[in-house]
Amino acid sequence: MGIIAVFFLWPAAEAIRSSFFLEDPFFGNATFVGLDNYRVALTGSDYQRTAWFTAVFTVIVSLMSLALGLMLAVSADRVLRGKSTYKTLLMWVYAIAPPVAGLIGVMLFDQHIGPLVEFVALFGWEMRVGVNYWDTGIAMIIVSTWKQVPYCFIFFLSGLQSIPTSVKEAARVDCRSETRRFWTITFPLLAPTTFFLLILNITYAMFETFGTIDLIVKDQPGNSPVTLVYKVYRDGFRGNDLGGSSAQSVILMLIVLALTIAQFRLIERRVHYN
Amino acid sequence: MTTLKIKNVKKVYPNGADAVKGVSVDVEDGELVVFVGPSGCGKSTLLRMVAGLESVTEGEIELAGRIVNELEPADRNIAMVFQNYALYPHMSVRKNLAYGLKNRKTPQAEIDTRVSEAAELLQIAEFLDRKPSQLSGGQRQRVAMGRAIVRHPAIFLFDEPLSNLDAKLRNQMRLEIKKLQRRLKTAAIYVTHDQVEAMTLADRIVVLNAGQIEQIGTPAEIYSNPATTFVASFIGAPPMNMLEATTTGESLEIDGQSIPYSVKHSGRVQMGLRPERIKIVNGEAGFGFDVTVLEDLGATRLVHGHIGGQEITLAQDADLPAPSGHIKIGFQPDDVLLFDEATGQRILT
Ligand SMILES: Nc1ncnc2c1ncn2[C@@H]1O[C@H](COP(=O)(O)OP(=O)(O)OP(=O)(O)O)[C@@H](O)[C@H]1O
Ligand SMILES: [Mg+2]
Repeated sequence: MGIIAVFFLWPAAEAIRSSFFLEDPFFGNATFVGLDNYRVALTGSDYQRTAWFTAVFTVIVSLMSLALGLMLAVSADRVLRGKSTYKTLLMWVYAIAPPVAGLIGVMLFDQHIGPLVEFVALFGWEMRVGVNYWDTGIAMIIVSTWKQVPYCFIFFLSGLQSIPTSVKEAARVDCRSETRRFWTITFPLLAPTTFFLLILNITYAMFETFGTIDLIVKDQPGNSPVTLVYKVYRDGFRGNDLGGSSAQSVILMLIVLALTIAQFRLIERRVHYN
Repeated sequence: MTTLKIKNVKKVYPNGADAVKGVSVDVEDGELVVFVGPSGCGKSTLLRMVAGLESVTEGEIELAGRIVNELEPADRNIAMVFQNYALYPHMSVRKNLAYGLKNRKTPQAEIDTRVSEAAELLQIAEFLDRKPSQLSGGQRQRVAMGRAIVRHPAIFLFDEPLSNLDAKLRNQMRLEIKKLQRRLKTAAIYVTHDQVEAMTLADRIVVLNAGQIEQIGTPAEIYSNPATTFVASFIGAPPMNMLEATTTGESLEIDGQSIPYSVKHSGRVQMGLRPERIKIVNGEAGFGFDVTVLEDLGATRLVHGHIGGQEITLAQDADLPAPSGHIKIGFQPDDVLLFDEATGQRILT
């Protein structure tokens, strides 16, 4: 309880408090401005542009990780069916994949040695990550997805492995088409996993991609697209607009709250299956 | 007519396990054939090859006049009932029943009729809109059977469908399966390791051991004329007594005691004797028998003991006075079955 208070409640309260003030970064005196910080934040064109990018970024990263993770898991499941080695595989993927994937992901786009940059150059697309807005955005999406796919893979694979063999066999007797079996039996049985991962991915894309973005924009945001979380950091610590950045973080806190509630709802619903 | 012909079928699993080593058996129209045998004897493997869930290494499977070796399970016109029900947990009972028909493009009206027919037959009409998780084990088993029935298949395949139920429900469902199968007149293969299930359900029993057929026959044939020591001790409860004996051609000797017995065989043999065919006798004639333990089973009593150094069990009416100490037992020479000591094959007298 004490830990929650010190590390979560107190900073949260502090953020909410300071979001109602206009603080002078140099002299430390604050003026109460009510909801002004929120109004400025929400109506600012820069904020709207960032929010828009964050939304697009989150949707694409979440769905692409889901889709790729599922595809990989389905192929792995086919090979692993009935083998006990799959748990070991999961452990390894879980431990190794995300950091390695992140590193490789960033290297792929390195302006000088990145093979992906060289590859698309063959098609006449001169990718300028960190300079061109769209190129940077695409690189962020790919690297972030790349890092999240292993998690989706792990959860989908264990979801697939927990479908009883006999249910799959009963379905083979009842339905000839494998595709149809997938969509009518396997996918619905994975629904709880999918919902869970969707929330996880949204949370990830919105809040945990900070490091990736930071690495790609290399501390010089300039014209680069960033997510809302990154903007909080930039406005607060670089722009020294503590009030505005607090207001933004309170908005983000509300989003986290909504996601958490969605997740709890999901856990309740999950009880229905078995 | 013959619904199913299994012709010299073999199965070797990729890991080298030699599960079925050349089995041939036919299932006639409307017949219920039970595959019985100890765990690991290959009975599920054989059934699953018929279903198409396992590939056939060698041999042929002919269902309703066509070779089905290469066909997908869904194309074979079979319906299977699994041990753990294998219901689709996310679908209502109604959808579980209809799923196989929908995928075969059966018209909706036809689906509805068949589903309500099956539901009526199995008394699950009131559960049609529930999910499987809201049903008891017995009800789930009925749904699993309903899913097979609605398909109107050429053959039903049951793989130990009752082994997850408690004893009472198991007996009840066993009877229902038999009634249902008689009524539908559909051929069926029923796999079990429980010899009581085999005896009560089967038109014919196939006794399997280590991937091979030991004997095929009606329950009565298998019981009274077992072809091998394996069948003799596997079928019947309590199991048949197996004693080491010696024949001379005119007599049968067990541990130094002998009776007149005419047989065209002399030397050491395995002698089989059903517990219920042994009587306690008064007077001098008979074998000396030392009682060790009594087991009362209600109507019958099992008397365990030994003749010389060999264990033997006899069954008697529980109303009779309980025997104790050293007594004499006797049996009819006709009830004695002799088996080759080395091969376990029956020696016909
Ligand atoms: N998928 C498989 N891969 C390799 N070997 C297998 C496989 N399935 C079964 N076996 C082996 O084949 C043999 C027969 O197995 P099967 O499942 O047919 O036995 P069963 O008679 O049904 O036994 P039970 O009564 O225990 O179900 C066993 O020795 C088993 O270990
Ligand atoms: Mg089995």
